[in-house]
Amino acid sequence: MVVQKSAVAGTLESSDAQVTVEPGSGTLELIVESNVIHQFGRQIRKTVLDVLERLEVTDAKVVVVDKGALDCTLKARVECAVYRSNDITETLPWGGAIK
Amino acid sequence: MINKIGREIPDEILKQYGKEGYQGPNYRDNVRYKKAAPMVRGVVDPKQDKMVSNIREALEKCKIQDGMVLSFHHHFRDGDYVVNMVMAEVAAMGIRDITICASSLGAAHDPIAEYIEQGIVTGIQSSGVRGKIGEAISRGKLKTPAIIRSHGGRVRAIEEGDVHIDIAFIGAPTSDAYGNARGVGGKSDCGVLSYSMVDAQYADNVVVITDCLVPFPNFPASISMTNVDYVCVVDEIGNPDKIISNAIRMTKDVRELMMAKYCTRLIADSPYFQDGFSFQTGAGGASLAVNTMLRPIMEEKNIHMGFSIGGITQPICEMLKDGLVRNIVDAQCFDRASIESIKNDARHFEISTSEYANPMNKGTFANKLDFVILGALEVDIDYNVNVVTGSDGIVRGAPGGHPDIAAGSKCSIIIAPLVRGRIPTICDRVVTAVTPGETVDIIVTDYGIAINPRRTDLIEAYKNTHLPFCTIEELRDMAYEIVGTPDEIPFKDRVVGIIENRDGTILDVVRELDEEC
Repeated sequence: MVVQKSAVAGTLESSDAQVTVEPGSGTLELIVESNVIHQFGRQIRKTVLDVLERLEVTDAKVVVVDKGALDCTLKARVECAVYRSNDITETLPWGGAIK
Repeated sequence: MINKIGREIPDEILKQYGKEGYQGPNYRDNVRYKKAAPMVRGVVDPKQDKMVSNIREALEKCKIQDGMVLSFHHHFRDGDYVVNMVMAEVAAMGIRDITICASSLGAAHDPIAEYIEQGIVTGIQSSGVRGKIGEAISRGKLKTPAIIRSHGGRVRAIEEGDVHIDIAFIGAPTSDAYGNARGVGGKSDCGVLSYSMVDAQYADNVVVITDCLVPFPNFPASISMTNVDYVCVVDEIGNPDKIISNAIRMTKDVRELMMAKYCTRLIADSPYFQDGFSFQTGAGGASLAVNTMLRPIMEEKNIHMGFSIGGITQPICEMLKDGLVRNIVDAQCFDRASIESIKNDARHFEISTSEYANPMNKGTFANKLDFVILGALEVDIDYNVNVVTGSDGIVRGAPGGHPDIAAGSKCSIIIAPLVRGRIPTICDRVVTAVTPGETVDIIVTDYGIAINPRRTDLIEAYKNTHLPFCTIEELRDMAYEIVGTPDEIPFKDRVVGIIENRDGTILDVVRELDEEC
């Protein structure tokens, strides 16, 4: 998918993550800020990059402000932000690109 | 060297401080030692006046110098003004290289971080450090490693001469002009002055700071005139609203209540739940709820508590009033009701922190405890507990009495949720070991209960108890299943903190955080 415009999903509540996607400048740029960065920063990056790969996002700026979210939450927030950036909020591909 | 719980303690640290690595909870049993003694000044002339007009005058009369050790207590908790007030004056006088030896330091003491940066404070010895002081320590700003001790361990260190206090500052809710100081009365009432009793006896100079001067004699005194050099009256020694809680809230969190229910059942089904049993809880949600849940079982079985200790709060004071608890021995009051109780109830006693938990005296209340309920940031599969270092690797907690009563009691129970946000509480290896696993008996989580395999007697005692028992490894696996397996926090080699076991051996070290990673 192509990130068409900037979009946000998630909150800054504890155990959530706020994911912002913006159109990129030719590459995938990922910035992660987390209160559990030392112990889970690597895994957060991997989870986010896996979802972006599954959604075939290759050109975007992605900012994750993580407040200790579990992987399932992170995945949902990234998926939601990417679909919102394409104005897709209904008839989402459940069980397809969205796991 | 690698100590008995598998922690690497650098040899140069052991050599520099003349210490050994941790070798087990009773390693120093029966060891003889000579107690330290202060260099005191006799007040012979009856006309001598102990009153000084301000803190500057007190510091001058005590001949403050670079490199001195100043001590404080933390009965005023987050409402304390005394530490900052004294240190501001020390800084203004251009004094440097001060070691602060406090019973604990908290959120109220953030300004000290600036003095650490400036080299005015170069040593910290405390139970707890929080906020900016913890950050300064973990980022390597403090010149010497912070020494973290339990409450009992601090008394031991002072009595054995590991640390010698040059000037003790004792904030007191009331004092007379001759230095008889009490924890009750006045406008900054904190109930007891237990932590500062050892300071009064072992410091070369003792200064009482109060905001309520009362007529002589202020009796019965917590701190006696026989140990006090000077008395200083200031406008405010603390913020009463932060010194004590008006009412500690009873938890409504279903997870905490479930863990409290498990814990209550464990106590009621244990061989130690008999008339005259003894008990300490903290002020945490789940542990406080146990007090309330235990009460109907005690009434039903006609079992009375011989003594309760702690961190005293309203539920225990009410049980004392109603005859279910025979004695409260108090080293710290947490709420308004506990202060009223110590003023009015003849069976509610103020004790010294040495009586509470000093392992090297000739007997403490800690040794007479049956049950203790404690918290944890992390517990590892060897049952070692961390209550000091946060998941970000920064020092932000306090052992308090945790290691003391875990070691002293017959049954130590840790209550903690399996995970907090993404941080697993039960893990392979705690970042910092503060309470050794061989003194920890039961871990209660919201997902299951693990009994330390060393306690075959307890495992046997609970064989007909229907609770979700499992192994500690199973708890860890459940935690990792939910949050993933955490990576190790990156540290540099440099030691910024020393975790001293209560007997003075070295349990663990804290290293400088590596923020490049």
